[in-house]
Amino acid sequence: MTVHNLYIFDRNGACLHYSEWNRKKQAGISKQEEFKLMYGMLFSIRSFVSKMSPLDMREGFQCFQTSRYKLHFYETPTGLKFIMNTDLSVPNARETLHQIYSTLYVDYIVKNPLCSLGDPLQSDLFSARLDTFIKNLPYFNPRAA
Amino acid sequence: MSRQSNRTTDNKKMNSELFTLTYGALVTQLCKDYENDEEVNKQLDKMGYNIGVRLIEDFLARSSVGRCQDFRETADVIAKVAFKMYLGVTPSVTNWSPAGDEFSLVLESNPLVDFVELPDNHNVLIYSNLLCGVLRGALEMVQMAVDVRFAQDTLRGDNVTEIRMKFIKRIEENLPAGDE
Repeated sequence: MTVHNLYIFDRNGACLHYSEWNRKKQAGISKQEEFKLMYGMLFSIRSFVSKMSPLDMREGFQCFQTSRYKLHFYETPTGLKFIMNTDLSVPNARETLHQIYSTLYVDYIVKNPLCSLGDPLQSDLFSARLDTFIKNLPYFNPRAA
Repeated sequence: MSRQSNRTTDNKKMNSELFTLTYGALVTQLCKDYENDEEVNKQLDKMGYNIGVRLIEDFLARSSVGRCQDFRETADVIAKVAFKMYLGVTPSVTNWSPAGDEFSLVLESNPLVDFVELPDNHNVLIYSNLLCGVLRGALEMVQMAVDVRFAQDTLRGDNVTEIRMKFIKRIEENLPAGDE
């Protein structure tokens, strides 16, 4: 079990934060292009999912998986998007993503008046806490499984 | 899940008088800094807006409220959850317009004005106008453009304080320009 990487996007599609842990393969394009590609895909999936759904949805798009990894998606009502890639054995990580939002993002970014919202996050405190938080997840360590 | 385990601020209740007095000092200073009360109203609204856009994130993180399906649900959440959480009061939701796009929040007591009496030369001042900005800013972040204003105010001799909220439109999400 492991966590590969994590993206945070704001409601306008700007990538506020990116960090990676166990990423063996890079995209081969610049990070800026990668963020745009990622956001564009998420935007399309959200609209696809809501149009194709035969029933009213409460939560909408939650995750997808391929043969090698799983992408977990969590969006707040304010349009912040948290995306975490893990390996396939990790169960639903929405609660974890909500925790990153409520205990890390809100506490260290929103409540810090010097952090302007909508710009890439500069807070070292936030990055450090996030790193600790992810590394302490029960499924972070590949050998913990 | 111990979602709030490392929150330390949750169980600490701040003395609300400190808040009320701080707000009073802010209004007093603004009245000194600006010539007319309309400008003070504008500044209070602007500050409230800036608070609102941040406060909404705190609110959503603390409460498990999801996206509201309609304006009535929004009204309920504002009155029963948000006002309760941040001001310790629960306004009543009344005076719905037939179209359901307008309602009033009626406050029996307004915690911001606990020790206030408006002098006669400030009859244009909307003392608690910060609240309008907060509501507008917070709702804008959840894609709702809303007009918020004071319709009645105990400070001006009305029996209750009434905040009138009018839904203007849903703010559409767009794919940022230049993205292929």
